[in-house]
Amino acid sequence: MQVQLSHPSRTVEVKGPKKVKDLLRELNLVVEAHLVIKGDDLVTEDEMLYEGDQIEVRPVISGG
Amino acid sequence: MNCTKCKTKAVIGLPRHNAAFCKGCFNGFVHDQVARAIKSEWMFGKEAKILVAVSGGKDSLALWDILLKLGYKADALYVNLGIGAYSEQSHAKVTKFTETVAAAHGATLHIHTVEQEAGAGIKELAQLIHRPTCSTCGTIKRYQFNRVAIEQQYDVMATGHNLDDEAARLLGNVLHWQEEYLDKQGPSLPASVAGFAKKVKPLFRLSERELAAYAVLNRIDYIVEECPMAKGSKMIQYKEVLNRLETESPGTKQTFYWGFLDKQSKKQPTATTMAEKDRAVLHPCTSCSQPTTAEVCSYCKMMARAKTVAPH
Repeated sequence: MQVQLSHPSRTVEVKGPKKVKDLLRELNLVVEAHLVIKGDDLVTEDEMLYEGDQIEVRPVISGG
Repeated sequence: MNCTKCKTKAVIGLPRHNAAFCKGCFNGFVHDQVARAIKSEWMFGKEAKILVAVSGGKDSLALWDILLKLGYKADALYVNLGIGAYSEQSHAKVTKFTETVAAAHGATLHIHTVEQEAGAGIKELAQLIHRPTCSTCGTIKRYQFNRVAIEQQYDVMATGHNLDDEAARLLGNVLHWQEEYLDKQGPSLPASVAGFAKKVKPLFRLSERELAAYAVLNRIDYIVEECPMAKGSKMIQYKEVLNRLETESPGTKQTFYWGFLDKQSKKQPTATTMAEKDRAVLHPCTSCSQPTTAEVCSYCKMMARAKTVAPH
């Protein structure tokens, strides 16, 4: 599945099916600092993601 | 994962509250947290005229959205810092929100453009006066928000600082034992002297992740890109450390910051102490009349220096 990442903006291919929390772990990202959006919907850490899903992992940290 | 309240499918889990919510119940949770913050810290009443400092980011736009939905009279000020494409994008996000959401509530957007007054964007200005960009930015934003709040007779100025911002700032102050800054770490700062607007932080009970989720769920189109000037900043490093602790031990950030507030409130009436200190050292700037500890305030000094060294 295609996973859109930010800072810097890029797309990576990750093999599914996979739970959200496992996707974040695989990408070495902290849950508390990210949201996962499937299509247009926000999803929880136990949501299963499948091949063909459009996923965005959005960082939430801001500010200097 | 199901919603703790209504048992339908949840869209977000909140480990620090041992809860999960669907969109409707999450919006209710967010609005309730802001209402509790306003009430518990005596921020403002239902009839207050509020000026929200907006940047185009998730926190400030979410704050404006929440205050309007809670029925408050809230206008906003956007400061265009002149950081190339980043400022153009953030300006566009604020304009879009104003037109699509805020205008329907009768709210107004004020805009201050740094380039128009200083003759240069923030980055060039900082180079001209040999100061770090983030410090120059802070001075300009604090000055302009206070100026508009006073000139346009707003009762209070509200910023989108969230739990993560305050916990990270507290961590920085404690790591460097900057005890003199701790008095000003509260979420409600009084108008201690004439010329200073009251400043409040109604989002201090909500985490950065919760506010980003609120923005996504309510289709608030905010600027996701980080300010190019903030890359590698200490605040971001502190936030990353705190988020690692939070993931391992949910509730760490709120225990740290709310615990600090609790101790401060038991120590002494902080607001009075701070106001007394301010009254003892602040007086009107001889150039612009905003309160300052020096003869001329740092904003006027900065502008004067920029005009002296700017190429003609």
